[in-house]
Amino acid sequence: MNDTSSTRRLLNRPSDLTDHGAHGSPHAGLYLHIPFCRQKCPYCDFFSVPSPTLIRPWIKALLKEIPLYKDPFGLFDTLYFGGGTPSLLSIRDLAEIMTHLHTHFQFSPDTEITLEANPCDLTPEKIRGLRELGVNRISLGVQSFDPRALVFLGRTHTVADAENAIRRLETAGFENISMDLIYGFREQSLQNWTKTLHHALAFAPVHLSCYQLTVGNRTYFGKLLKTGRFSPLSEDTARAYFLTTSRFLEAKGYIHYEISSFARHKNRYARHNHKYWTHVPYLGLGPSAHSFLNGRRWWNVRSIRKYMALLKKNEQPIQGWETLSQEQLRLEAIALGLRTRQGVDSDWLGYSMETRSRLSRLTDTGFLQMGNGRIFPTPKGFLVADYLPAYLC
Amino acid sequence: MSNIRNFSIIAHIDHGKSTLADRLIQLSGLVEARKFRDQILDNMEIERERGITIKSQAITLPYVDQTGRSFALNLIDTPGHVDFSYEVSRALASCEGVLLLIDAAQGVEAQTLANLYAAMEHELEIIPVINKIDLPAADIERVREEIEIDLGLDSDTAILCSAKEGTGIEAVFEAIVHRIPAPADKREASLRALIFDAHYDPFRGTIVSCRVFEGCVRPGDTIRLMNNNARYKVEEVGIFLLAKESKKKLCAGEVGYIISGIKRVSDTRIGATITLDTDPAPHPLPGFRDIKPVVFASIYPVSSDDYRALADALEKYTLNDAALTYQKDSSAALGLGFRCGFLGLLHLEIVQERLEREFDQAIVMTSPTVQYQFQLTTGERVLVDNPLYYPDPTTILQGFEPYIRASILLPERYMGVVMDLCSERRGVNARFSYPTVGRVEIRFDMPLGEVVYDFYDRLKTVTQGYGSFDYDLLDHRESDLVKLDILLNGERVDALSQIVHRDGARARALRVCNRLKEEIPRHLFKIAVQGAVGGTIIARSTIAPFRKDVTAKCYGGDITRKRKLLEKQKKGKKRMKMVGAVSIPQSAFVAVLKSENE
Repeated sequence: MNDTSSTRRLLNRPSDLTDHGAHGSPHAGLYLHIPFCRQKCPYCDFFSVPSPTLIRPWIKALLKEIPLYKDPFGLFDTLYFGGGTPSLLSIRDLAEIMTHLHTHFQFSPDTEITLEANPCDLTPEKIRGLRELGVNRISLGVQSFDPRALVFLGRTHTVADAENAIRRLETAGFENISMDLIYGFREQSLQNWTKTLHHALAFAPVHLSCYQLTVGNRTYFGKLLKTGRFSPLSEDTARAYFLTTSRFLEAKGYIHYEISSFARHKNRYARHNHKYWTHVPYLGLGPSAHSFLNGRRWWNVRSIRKYMALLKKNEQPIQGWETLSQEQLRLEAIALGLRTRQGVDSDWLGYSMETRSRLSRLTDTGFLQMGNGRIFPTPKGFLVADYLPAYLC
Repeated sequence: MSNIRNFSIIAHIDHGKSTLADRLIQLSGLVEARKFRDQILDNMEIERERGITIKSQAITLPYVDQTGRSFALNLIDTPGHVDFSYEVSRALASCEGVLLLIDAAQGVEAQTLANLYAAMEHELEIIPVINKIDLPAADIERVREEIEIDLGLDSDTAILCSAKEGTGIEAVFEAIVHRIPAPADKREASLRALIFDAHYDPFRGTIVSCRVFEGCVRPGDTIRLMNNNARYKVEEVGIFLLAKESKKKLCAGEVGYIISGIKRVSDTRIGATITLDTDPAPHPLPGFRDIKPVVFASIYPVSSDDYRALADALEKYTLNDAALTYQKDSSAALGLGFRCGFLGLLHLEIVQERLEREFDQAIVMTSPTVQYQFQLTTGERVLVDNPLYYPDPTTILQGFEPYIRASILLPERYMGVVMDLCSERRGVNARFSYPTVGRVEIRFDMPLGEVVYDFYDRLKTVTQGYGSFDYDLLDHRESDLVKLDILLNGERVDALSQIVHRDGARARALRVCNRLKEEIPRHLFKIAVQGAVGGTIIARSTIAPFRKDVTAKCYGGDITRKRKLLEKQKKGKKRMKMVGAVSIPQSAFVAVLKSENE
């Protein structure tokens, strides 16, 4: 049994309904899902379609969705253009969206504005335009600095494209750049992966997202897997990749602050993503986007046509929603907290003998650490982060 | 009297017994089509799922023959498993004839023969019925030949039918009416009625199904059970149509029910004779046997908080199953629970499933065992049906274990594999007979403990379903018995301990270790699974820890999915039993019993 009184105490502190810990901010985050790509990548599980002709009609629909959430979220201090490939949109399109956002929502002056970009899209003009729009953080889809890995991952850009994009961004004054990298597949050796990391570090990025390849059911790799034409790494090898990555980057001064996220400094943690992990309110606009507010979560339809049809009728393009019970909030807080270095407030776990003995078993064996009333995972703990909450709850 | 017929349908599994019963019920005019439910006689969920009939039950079918004469046909259903052979024999004892059902494509099989012998033992009229003649693979001529040669029956008397299509059913009815003799008219004698089934009704108490052989019984009579002299006042008698139908009396030759304020099913005994208190019969009907449990196992709640609920569930359960016995038990690994006695392994599995399904209990069942005896240095002889109470080995002079006389009937071609199985299971003293051409009956003596350990499944496997098995308990014989302990990371799991013969201990230990390796999910740490006799480790396996369990991304769209998975895992965890730091799923406790590589 869980110690319900301590849970209740946590829930009764409104500011602590969300366990944002040391680094979060209580302000809301705004996410825009841009559901377009040139082509679908074989590993990508996010919703997007390769239909550029739909961009204009879709923007019209998005502009109708924005005013539907005028009031409830208060001040936003992050804005995130994700996808899909947001860099596919023209500066004119982005400007139109931006204007609408500023008309209907309030943003803090230091708002983190991130845009996910494909190296090929970042022409000097595009970069200049983004800066003028106020974008101050770029999440760049580098994926790899190994040409063969790029082919395997179905990427059409070259190593030189990525290098050029980074240099242009720097020249234009972007210093908050995050690189997305993918690793952990047979077509890449551990040695090649370390080479890619070295290559990335040559640019001294302030933030790195290193994703171990996960094969989702809905992806092309997933289809190959189902028919036995894709063979994932063994558990032991995957583990070696993960720990090598963590050790390598920490040795170079990066903080491994979330399973797949590394930052040069605490103030470079992905502020927006952090909101997902700490139950801070966020509003997601665009097809398939998820929102969370006051213990309620809802998600938009995963279809552009449905999305446009509903907005045409001035209806919220919502597919479903759930209201989380206290126990569900607790489970999520633990599961999400144990994916980050800041961990979870010890109170969330309760103080039953059973839980405490399990906790001490996990700290004794080096999966978790304790301190300042919080419980947080080691890199070894990150490796079993999906299992830890089930074991502890 | 002359218009009553009492009969059963007997068949090898899957030869269409339930379908034929349905068809007879449907065409007898008893049921309106819209009310008709498939396989009316199998009314318990599990029976339906397993395709077997556990509880016998009776139904009275009104029938008007071709000459316009009315009959009451009493169909008595029989269970189809060796654990319930005694119930079958009581059901057959209540009949004058049987329909021996044979699949037109598969022909005569093991149980067909076993059933035939059982019917012959009761001197019943046997009507061979060839079913499924609509099948493309039906080979009626071959089946006729088998009826002549294997069964020694006149194949010209066989009736052809397809219960599924409804063809030939009229001929079946006519055969029942004209070939099965009417019951003897002995209503003037003192009451003797045979109990062949009993079930519990929450409103009426125990409803006894019986066949009246002599005399009559009426509401208001005081009846006496001749096995224990308990007396009850009769409230109601009647027959089973689709529902119970009360009658003024139940007389010799009839099959029906008696409601008489008997509270629990366990207050009655199948095979017992009912007589009148005021005019008792001098002797009970023959064949009564007090059935004793032969297999023992403990049942524990998965969560120790549910002990009370399990106690309630067992009490309710035994209202309807007199064969299950239980008493309190406790284990260091599993806490408070109950030691239960069963008729056999199938009975054990049924009890387990029903407790889980109907009574919603999450339970752990320990390895079944038989009752051993130990002669101690103190001169005392102790009975041990629970490995927990295995005596201090230094005090044991001699061990004894129960033996059975096994009887296996099988086609000759499987003799080799069955003899291997028999010697592997410490069978001795084998004797052979050849009842019909191409078939052998092997009889041998074997420890009951070996039967408990998945013998029946193995026999079915090696004989591809053609071997039929029956047994009688013999006596306790001297045996070199040891206690096999199972350790997880050095900690003994008392609920997994077994008493085994010394010669088989190592092999058994190894199989248990390997089986546990498959059943216990990987943990964050390595788990050593060991088998030990005394202080000596005789077998070992290792469960490797899992090394990685994490998904790389978790953003807005992933959180709900993640939580749902977590909720599911939490539910699964509730069904695990913790021993030290190791979570053991319920299935592991059962799996160690089925250690053959299937």
